[in-house]
Amino acid sequence: MSRNALINELRAIVGEYYVLIEKEDVIVYEQDGSIFQVMPEIVVLPANVEQVSAVIKAAKRANVPIVPRGSGTGLAGGAVPAEGGIVLSLARLDRILKIDLPNRIAIVEPGVINQDVTKAVAEDGFFYAPDPSSQAACSIGGNVANNSGGPHTLAYGVTTNHVLGLEVVLDDGQIIWLGGEVPDTPGYDLCGIFVGSEGTLGIVTKIAVRLMKTRESVRTLLAVFDQMDHATQTVVDITGAGIIPAALEMMDRTTIEAVERGAPVGLPRDAEAVLIVEVEGVREQTEKAVEVARGICQRNGAREARVARDESERQLLWKGRKGAFGAMGALAPNYYVQDGVVPRSQLPEIMRRIAEISKQYNLRIANVFHAGDGNLHPNILFDMRTPGELDRVVEAGAATLRACIELGGSITGEHGIGIEKKAYIGLLFNEADLEAMSRVRKVFDPDGRFNPAKLFPTPVSCGEVRRQPANIPAGLWL
Amino acid sequence: MALEHVDHNQEHGGSAKIDALNLPELYQCVHCGLCLNQCPTYHALRLEPESPRGRIHLVRAAAEGRVELNERFKEHLYLCLLCRACETACPSGVQYGRIAETAREKLGPPGSSFARALLNLTFTQLLPYPWRLRLAARLLRFYQRSGLGRLIRLFLSAKLCAMDSMLPAIPERFFEPDGDVFPALRERRARVAMLSGCVMPLLFGDVNAATVRVLQRNGCEVVFPKNQICCGALNIHNGESAAAKQMARRNIDAFLAGGVDAVIVNAAGCGATMKEYGYLLRDDPAYAEKALRFSALVKDAGEFLGNIGLVGELGPLHMTVTYQDPCHLAHGQRVRSQPRKLLNAIPGVKLLEMEGSDRCCGSAGIYNITHPDMSQHLLKEKMQSIAANGAPAVVAPNPGCMLQLRYGSERYGPALKVYHLMDLLDRAYASADASDLK
Repeated sequence: MSRNALINELRAIVGEYYVLIEKEDVIVYEQDGSIFQVMPEIVVLPANVEQVSAVIKAAKRANVPIVPRGSGTGLAGGAVPAEGGIVLSLARLDRILKIDLPNRIAIVEPGVINQDVTKAVAEDGFFYAPDPSSQAACSIGGNVANNSGGPHTLAYGVTTNHVLGLEVVLDDGQIIWLGGEVPDTPGYDLCGIFVGSEGTLGIVTKIAVRLMKTRESVRTLLAVFDQMDHATQTVVDITGAGIIPAALEMMDRTTIEAVERGAPVGLPRDAEAVLIVEVEGVREQTEKAVEVARGICQRNGAREARVARDESERQLLWKGRKGAFGAMGALAPNYYVQDGVVPRSQLPEIMRRIAEISKQYNLRIANVFHAGDGNLHPNILFDMRTPGELDRVVEAGAATLRACIELGGSITGEHGIGIEKKAYIGLLFNEADLEAMSRVRKVFDPDGRFNPAKLFPTPVSCGEVRRQPANIPAGLWL
Repeated sequence: MALEHVDHNQEHGGSAKIDALNLPELYQCVHCGLCLNQCPTYHALRLEPESPRGRIHLVRAAAEGRVELNERFKEHLYLCLLCRACETACPSGVQYGRIAETAREKLGPPGSSFARALLNLTFTQLLPYPWRLRLAARLLRFYQRSGLGRLIRLFLSAKLCAMDSMLPAIPERFFEPDGDVFPALRERRARVAMLSGCVMPLLFGDVNAATVRVLQRNGCEVVFPKNQICCGALNIHNGESAAAKQMARRNIDAFLAGGVDAVIVNAAGCGATMKEYGYLLRDDPAYAEKALRFSALVKDAGEFLGNIGLVGELGPLHMTVTYQDPCHLAHGQRVRSQPRKLLNAIPGVKLLEMEGSDRCCGSAGIYNITHPDMSQHLLKEKMQSIAANGAPAVVAPNPGCMLQLRYGSERYGPALKVYHLMDLLDRAYASADASDLK
């Protein structure tokens, strides 16, 4: 099929307005929240599942890659069309189709914004648990693709623990349901396979999510430390004391500086680290737990440990924490975020090592992370325009991941593999593991057109950061 | 068949780099996307090129010579309302307004060549001349009252008819202060100068008068510097900067000569612009420092009164109102709490917050004329939000929002009274006086 024939067909499906082909339109789809950039040839925005199915059939006939995109807030390049082709934006599938409070589920389309699910049920005393820091912008579809977590992952688990069923469009355009509206469906857990598949198996068009009951009481503590070691030891001690906070977050001095420069929330700029400890439950229990946590902070040398007085003070703390990645722009034009994991007890050691790596490569690293589950986010700050800096950044990033693995951890907690970490996935899985996964992929995507060049190991080079398609299959449009 | 592959990635250096667009603000954006959902046009269309992140990326691509400043580019930059809700949402503190205004300066005014000529004429030959504005308003008033309108509408296209129906009725009297100085009633707390404005004295003369009375009652001596002029906001927002800078210089001279503690503005759009004169004239050696000094004096009327605290007795005004945050107050000036504090200070006033009070109503200067479809879409949403809230009155301290909301109430419902914050404060003081007389 010729390019023009494909464009005409897509226009017939979704309308001319929602097929973007001009450079002044498609160029903005070359990026997501990461540092990778590759421009798509065509961007299509269907409005419903039938249109999604028709687009997929057309793309199959034209043998063109399809890269699904939600809000484009991902941090690993998952929505960047590594091999060009069609970006399939699901932003217009943005309806909440059903809210069923007695059964505690909601059915939503993939373009629905994470926060809007909670907003829709908050008055009735419910919420949707996975809360990525980008929840004010990120889509549920993107969360499903990346099996996203968030600060409250510690208590509630990640996206896969909250997805009961999915409607998906397969490679041949067929529309099927995986899982259902009840927790236990017999047979293969195909719904589980789709969660975290990063758009490589098919296109998710409806999601049945679990709703949770809002807890009676929430207490949030901010602890301020003059030494990083004291803060990390506090994390070890709090979880060691048998308290499972709903969230246990850390921000270091550089992160505090970014937040306070970008959109200030009143964090102490002279502190080496702050911890946000949040406990939820029945009132008596949270009062007790927050006092125990406060005691542990003070014993570890916190210079201040105060409980948020009211909801607005609590919201302000979370605004600072959740805006922290975005605030990096206040310090440097680019940042490269890693997503390593270490056992909690190794937190003091990994923070020392990251500080050494920062010194060794002469790069500023801002740490903001889910301390409670040992999920690190070192943000390496740099300027893409400085020649040679990117190479050092990639090396420093690899050094932090190697350090995580040496300390018994892993290379990703929640951001997905995307383009960014596909070079490192081999560090976690052996050939046989990867082969098994690759076979699963082939079942659903025999032509390898769903989000190609992602997830599976190929060496990542700096060249890929600089907007060059990895490789365009010969005769793409023929 | 010939290979028709078009790969945009390979098209390097198609156009020249544009240094004037290479702003430091561009490199503060790490494209996290937290602005998307707060942007009214992205929210409506779900298209990345109609989002702040998309527009920033486009301007950056133009600066780097990767895209041309063609019509398509211009459409994206001008579909933006310049509401600056994205600045409130941005964790990095990117000043999007500066990026968009600089790009528009490079692009020139929007629309067809006829529309651009008309806008240019307005920006350079009408707005900088208060007497011409008054004359235009008088002619318009004659047109509206003579019945000529009904006759002429027979010959107008549907689009022009729609524009005609949006024209507010020009009031009988304009605000023409009969003196230069209005003394403080009770002990003097400050000497302030007031911006009369371009549209305010013609369409909302009563609001200007009310603002003066409220300031006087709060111990302010109010002066109207003679040489003042329109603030230039419409020019700056629509790609005209030469006349705008001239207007800024004239205002700076006029107001700084007054020796005042503050420059009070009761139109949010004008206040935001005047607070940014320092940036506008940053490259003008003769004015850069003066402009910064001037900008530091500028205060929105509600902001100023909220900060110094009200004095004097406020009488009760039994009414339920909702509050519309003007974009250039909430996002442009970060003023949210003071107007609410003042409303809550009036006995008997019940403030009911609406959903999305800081989302643009679609007025946005002349946007409702240049982009009627998007403007009406946003207005309908706003009216639904107000209807759901149920308050029979809305307070919006900005003339553009007030006109838009009045139009919205007539066209889509619900029936609604639209007030400026200063209106209600003035009435509350008058109500206290009235009860004193009893």
